Amino acid sequence: MNNMIEVKNILLAGVGGQGTILVSKILSDGLAGAGYDVKMSEVHGMAQRGGSVTTQVRYGTEVHSPIIGKGQADILVSFETMETLRWLEFLSLTGKVVVNDYQIPSVPILIGKQDYPEGILDIVRQKVSTTVINANEIAEKLGNERAMNMVLLGALVKGMKLTDIDWEYAIKKNVKANSVDINIMALKAGMDATE
Amino acid sequence: MKKLLTGNEAIAQGAYEAGVAFAAAYPGTPSTEILENIALFKEIVAEWAPNEKVALESAIGASVVGARALSAMKHVGVNVAADPLFSVGYSGVNGGLVLVSADDPGTHSSQDEQDNRYYAKFAKVAMLEPSNSQECKDMVRTAMEISEKYNTLVLLRMTTRICHSKTLVEIGARTEVEKRPYVKDVGKYSLVPHVARKLHLVVEKKLKDLEEFSNETELNFVVWNSKKTGVVSSGIAYEYAKEVFGTQASYFKLGFTHPLPIDKIRAFAQQVDTLYVVEELEPYIEEQLKAAGIACMGKEKIPNTGELNPDIIAKALLNKERPLHEYDSSILVNRPPTLCAGCPHRGFFYELAKRKNLMITGDIGCYGLGGTEPLNAQDTCICMGASISMGHGAQQMFKKFGVNSRVVATIGDSTFFHMGINSLLDVVYNRSNVITCILDNRVTAMTGHQEHPGSGYTLQGMQTHEVDITSVVKAIGISNVRTVNPRNLKEVSDALDWALELDEPSVIITRWPCLLKKHSPADIEEFGSYVKKCIVDKEKCIGCKMCLKTGCPALRFSKEAKKVRIDVAQCAGCEVCMQACPVQAIGRVGE
Repeated sequence: MNNMIEVKNILLAGVGGQGTILVSKILSDGLAGAGYDVKMSEVHGMAQRGGSVTTQVRYGTEVHSPIIGKGQADILVSFETMETLRWLEFLSLTGKVVVNDYQIPSVPILIGKQDYPEGILDIVRQKVSTTVINANEIAEKLGNERAMNMVLLGALVKGMKLTDIDWEYAIKKNVKANSVDINIMALKAGMDATE
Repeated sequence: MKKLLTGNEAIAQGAYEAGVAFAAAYPGTPSTEILENIALFKEIVAEWAPNEKVALESAIGASVVGARALSAMKHVGVNVAADPLFSVGYSGVNGGLVLVSADDPGTHSSQDEQDNRYYAKFAKVAMLEPSNSQECKDMVRTAMEISEKYNTLVLLRMTTRICHSKTLVEIGARTEVEKRPYVKDVGKYSLVPHVARKLHLVVEKKLKDLEEFSNETELNFVVWNSKKTGVVSSGIAYEYAKEVFGTQASYFKLGFTHPLPIDKIRAFAQQVDTLYVVEELEPYIEEQLKAAGIACMGKEKIPNTGELNPDIIAKALLNKERPLHEYDSSILVNRPPTLCAGCPHRGFFYELAKRKNLMITGDIGCYGLGGTEPLNAQDTCICMGASISMGHGAQQMFKKFGVNSRVVATIGDSTFFHMGINSLLDVVYNRSNVITCILDNRVTAMTGHQEHPGSGYTLQGMQTHEVDITSVVKAIGISNVRTVNPRNLKEVSDALDWALELDEPSVIITRWPCLLKKHSPADIEEFGSYVKKCIVDKEKCIGCKMCLKTGCPALRFSKEAKKVRIDVAQCAGCEVCMQACPVQAIGRVGE
């Protein structure tokens, strides 16, 4: 059993429409291409309409369940600040967090019933090893704010020490030809912004 | 070659490889992508049907004339298709016939979490349950073979996690299957009473043969590890059980789950100390084992509510829990789904929400979100098409008991074609004054933008006749019909006034395409493609928050400044907030 690679767990959290599914597709393709057994799980339908969404990627020598349990994720990549706290309990005690410093108010906040919570980053930082990235700003500077999801993929790849995988190939497989370059640039910028 | 495929994509690949010639479905999460992916194969005639009953019936027709056919739907769709399902249970098939039922434990996007495995038992048909995408693909071919050999429809039962999880699949080639000849056989396909009586006997014999097959097939297999614990499981629950027990338990893995291989399970049970049945939702397996006198534990440990996961099994059967981070999450604010910025339904619901003394019966679709905060413009949501028929029953009783209240039924275009037409017939025929609002956004939006009989295109991209809702409504016998632009609040308001004045049934059609839909040339011609975003004049904004009552996610209110601003990235220029503003503080960018 020495050559068995223990299953690793990646949890992506965000708001419907932020592009978490595309990131998990690229991630899964890259990992499968590198020879891992991979399982990925995503949510469709009603929840996509601006609701809180997660996608989950598990990889190793042999993966059974496609979903990640509470306290099990090795890394939580949160595309929106408040979502970090919502999904933090899924992180293992030794897991780390990549968080996009970007706020999307939900309906109770929009209609003035509640305020966007303050101090989330502080709470997260106190608990776990945290990388805070302003992915939207980085992507906007590169020319397209929507590529912020690739910035976060870059940070994730660096954080999980997966930089040896051919991510450019995985990106080419999953995005339109005219947006390959910006996506690759955003990926690299994400890697550079992460220690 | 191995590829990562969702269960739905794998079913499509399996249909291709198994020589399926015809496939039909009505979209419904989590099943929708099955037909979308089958449609990519030119070798298969793939169609959206107006509803699940029609989809299954068309697949039955294809099977009866000798072709391999498949129909796919969400769990509640099978309720709609139950009538033909039970009949085909008696008649059997000619070409292989598979019905894919995609159940939704956890109600990710559904109105219930019914366990459709009971349908196989109830309708007396065979059933297979895949545990991952490879099995999804392989089981389509196996199902076709079983279907043809045993003259039965095969229910292929999936769940959300199987449908929407990607796992590795070995891709194969298509086997062209020759169409069997069609032979007229009224003693098989024409279920008049004397035929049905005979067929019932045939079905019972068939089930005996299938049980024998179930005890022999390698679809049901044993994995031996420690004999202290034995686990009987199927579908995604099997993967969860393996995740939890690893090599600490022996497994009886069920792939063919109706009829169950009782003898084979009994032999397994005799060799293990403790037997658990690990299944998601209802005790479908457990009940049958207990009825057969096989001692086992299941639902007294594992709940029959909600989606199952490995943590639930670990806690219930091993009393194991992972340590968790402790932190205060009380500052979290909910994030419920909401109508998108620019959604054409927003203007309609904003106006409807202002009306008092209405019962608003809703239906299945994105517009159910018109019932959430801050619009709150929906009282009921039961099933496809029920808005109009429930509205009719309610209105009849308001009238009988002298309650001074009106009913407004809200239904989408695709849902209207699905079942709504029948319900509207009821309103006309039995003479109530229900106000039916057909929210025509030119597409089946909620499930991810599928074509329908009113959209002008078929699933495989052919241009086709576009059913005109106004003509249908008039042909049924409604003379009071108005079409409005839902982004024009005055038009909506006037139409509601007009309908409320009438003591007759009326229909208001709101016509504007879903913002996320790929606009066809006809859409662009009718609705234009030019968008001017909105902007708030800070000087004029008085911070009254009237615009926030539209619930648009592009609006931001600053407590400090007591002003609203609009997130340019999200604004779609629908101008609903602009019309809601009492002081004309919102205008178009650059004007």
